[in-house]
Amino acid sequence: MALINLKINGKANSVDVEEDTPLLWVLRDHLGLVGTKYSCGIAQCGACTVHKNGEAIFSCITPAASLTEDEITTIEGLSEDGDHPVQKAWAEVDVAQCGYCQAGQIMNASAFLEKNPKPSMEEIDEAMNRNICRCGTYHKIREAVAMAAKSK
Amino acid sequence: MATLTKTNRRDFLKIAGTTAGGLFIGFNWMSCDSPKMEVLSTEEVLANAKNFNAFLSIAPSGDIVIYSPNPELGQNIKTSFPMVVAEELDADWSKVRVVQANLDTEKYQRQLTGGSGAMPHSWERLRKAGATAKYLLVAAAASKWEVSADELSTSEGIIYHKASGKKIGYGEVANDAALLTAPEEITLKDKKDFKIIGTPVKNVDNESIFSGKPLFGLDFYREGMLHAMIQRAPFGMKIKSIDDAAARNVAGVKDIITFENSVAVVGSSTWPLMKAKKLLKVEYEADGKVESSADHDEIFKELLANGKAEVKRKDGNVNTAFRNAAQVVNAEYQCPFLSHSPMEPMNFFAHVMEGSVELVGPTQTPESARRAAAEVTGIAPENITVEITRLGGGFGRRLRADYVSEAVHVSKMMNAPVKLTWSREDDLTGGAYRPAVRYRFEASLDADGNMTGYKLRGVGMNAGNSTRENNFPAGAVDNLLIENVNYNSSITTNAWRAPITNFLAYAEQSFLDEVALAAKKDPVDFRLELFEKAKANPVGGELRYDVDRMIGVTKMAKEKSNWGKNPNVKQGFSVYFSHRTYVAQVAEIEMENGTPSLKKIHVVTDCGMVVNPTGANHQVRGGVVDGMGHAMYGNLTFEGGLPTQTNFDKYRLIRMKEVPAVDTYYVDSGFDPTGLGEPCLPPTGGAIANAIFSATERRLRSQPFIDQKEFQDLNLGIKRA
Repeated sequence: MALINLKINGKANSVDVEEDTPLLWVLRDHLGLVGTKYSCGIAQCGACTVHKNGEAIFSCITPAASLTEDEITTIEGLSEDGDHPVQKAWAEVDVAQCGYCQAGQIMNASAFLEKNPKPSMEEIDEAMNRNICRCGTYHKIREAVAMAAKSK
Repeated sequence: MATLTKTNRRDFLKIAGTTAGGLFIGFNWMSCDSPKMEVLSTEEVLANAKNFNAFLSIAPSGDIVIYSPNPELGQNIKTSFPMVVAEELDADWSKVRVVQANLDTEKYQRQLTGGSGAMPHSWERLRKAGATAKYLLVAAAASKWEVSADELSTSEGIIYHKASGKKIGYGEVANDAALLTAPEEITLKDKKDFKIIGTPVKNVDNESIFSGKPLFGLDFYREGMLHAMIQRAPFGMKIKSIDDAAARNVAGVKDIITFENSVAVVGSSTWPLMKAKKLLKVEYEADGKVESSADHDEIFKELLANGKAEVKRKDGNVNTAFRNAAQVVNAEYQCPFLSHSPMEPMNFFAHVMEGSVELVGPTQTPESARRAAAEVTGIAPENITVEITRLGGGFGRRLRADYVSEAVHVSKMMNAPVKLTWSREDDLTGGAYRPAVRYRFEASLDADGNMTGYKLRGVGMNAGNSTRENNFPAGAVDNLLIENVNYNSSITTNAWRAPITNFLAYAEQSFLDEVALAAKKDPVDFRLELFEKAKANPVGGELRYDVDRMIGVTKMAKEKSNWGKNPNVKQGFSVYFSHRTYVAQVAEIEMENGTPSLKKIHVVTDCGMVVNPTGANHQVRGGVVDGMGHAMYGNLTFEGGLPTQTNFDKYRLIRMKEVPAVDTYYVDSGFDPTGLGEPCLPPTGGAIANAIFSATERRLRSQPFIDQKEFQDLNLGIKRA
């Protein structure tokens, strides 16, 4: 076991876990931040996407111990009141079906739009291709990313 | 026309106390960074609210709580059910809060999600719940003002007396109204007066979903609970020996226990269990058939040729028809096993106590969850509670309660509250799959290209009927024979979104294109001829489908897709009836620099009245994307009783870049609403395969397409039009 210090959503946290514990399970099992989802555990589906210094990463394969110097943002910390432009666009377009993958989709989209504020539709498709939605909300995800880009 | 219907007294029993059950999960066990939950304010509302019936309570503030009994897995029932209640209540939608009801077999009927049946089964009951409460509120206002109820009108939660200019909010008369006796008969609204039904009301859980609040089963934590993961046996095998020494040494592992054919690793959090499970050394030995996909291919061919067939439907005499045929067409179609793979893996919380059990989690059939716990513990069902969380997808997988039984076993043996979590590998290897199927179709044509005979023989698995014998083309062909051959497999099979029709529709609609081609007829006109025949003079006994509605969606699809008019666009048509709903689809391929590109799928749906256009579009597009994804890529093969594809790196699901445009249209048929969770999936594979044939003259008779040699060098592009 090791004491790991993490800065998550602007707050300092200290957790006592095995060193190889992925950030995903630290968030969910030890910090009660369950918005970040487990689905594949091997960086294939994107449900576990969080930001590391503003960049989208797969928290399911990233050991928490490797992130002690970084600023981590989860869906819970993306905005104060759920009013990040991407979250607002997601609500406006009414994107979700089951909703399980959507936190990861939002985290991926928000990191992408920071880097590329005025993307083409092809660039949106390319960026969002790394997240799976089993319900098939892809048309609406695409529409919401485009809407968020316009509103920013 | 307003309808007068009998109320079911059982639905309107006054419930003691104020709350009528609901999901108030103790998510705030760790307050740290979790945002404040909206459900708390709903709880406050309920503290003062008066309960009217199983579906709604009204507070003095005018806030309305509507209970949604059926599990929400993305079909939007948690939004559309309350819309129906609120409509008849004449509620102000902005004052409505929705609570997922717990399992309650006294209050609710058919509290399950499956078969696209929730809306058709509940439509009238939900309407009556709203209308009855409105009746009582109006009666209370009439009594207060000493006027006749006939003089009052309602709108958006307010009661008006036009003659005196008085008005009063529902909340202000709720206490009085709740004391009155519900009427025996109630008048429902005229559909043309609907204000909420038919409008795009947003998903009631949006805020929680988009800000990461706990909603799903896997998000449930209880202070002091244990975590568990399970190693299961391959299909057809049993445990021979277990060496758990290395697994026990993993820090965080509390115990390793065995029950039935399962080895459970139990500990204080999830990650150590994932590690420990990989260190388990479990040897298995055969306990039945240990199957592989290569064996299935041979078995299917043998059973189609020589298997003992059960006749499902027989009209006329196919032997005579085929003997006299000018032309015979036949083809075989096959599909692989599929996993449901909802994004949220299986999980459940169970707490077995002295004489009672508490269950919390994602289930499509909460009553089965209760039954499973009763079977494992011997505790009476009335002492077992089931809280239904939001489901991160289901697709039929969560109709089974195998994972609930497991959680109960572990809780019972550990004498502690337990959350069982399946890994994705567990999900793919311990599934209850869409069975592999093989079909043989035969059609006879006369000299004029009329289909005189039709034969279908399918291999169903585990006593499942692989056919839908009373669906089209039954009724449209004079001589018809539908047969099923059973194959018993050790592999667990189960309903998978649009059971049977998820592949049968593709096979049938593709085969009918082959027949139309042989008959030298336009594929759409060929089907319309058959429909007209079934309409004018239906052949044989029971028919499940309404021919006029088949014609309705077909004609609208022909019109909306500009069928056959643009020589640069190669089209494929498919039409199918399933789960009470009628769907026609046209897939479109354009050639670009000599390679085909799938650009668009037109979808025409007749699901009766559309309750929520946004929700309906979701189900239509989602069904098409799902149907396309699995037809193109879905493949689960077995080797030695275990799937070869154990995670999403090998089990391919459709992604953003692989989705064409999907245009949606609805036939306004005037019928009551039917379900949409499944019916838009079945026709998609056929529409795409028929478009591919139209563009390339390559006929795809097996799924997934990407594994067929006819498909591999096509370089089919997918681009949104």
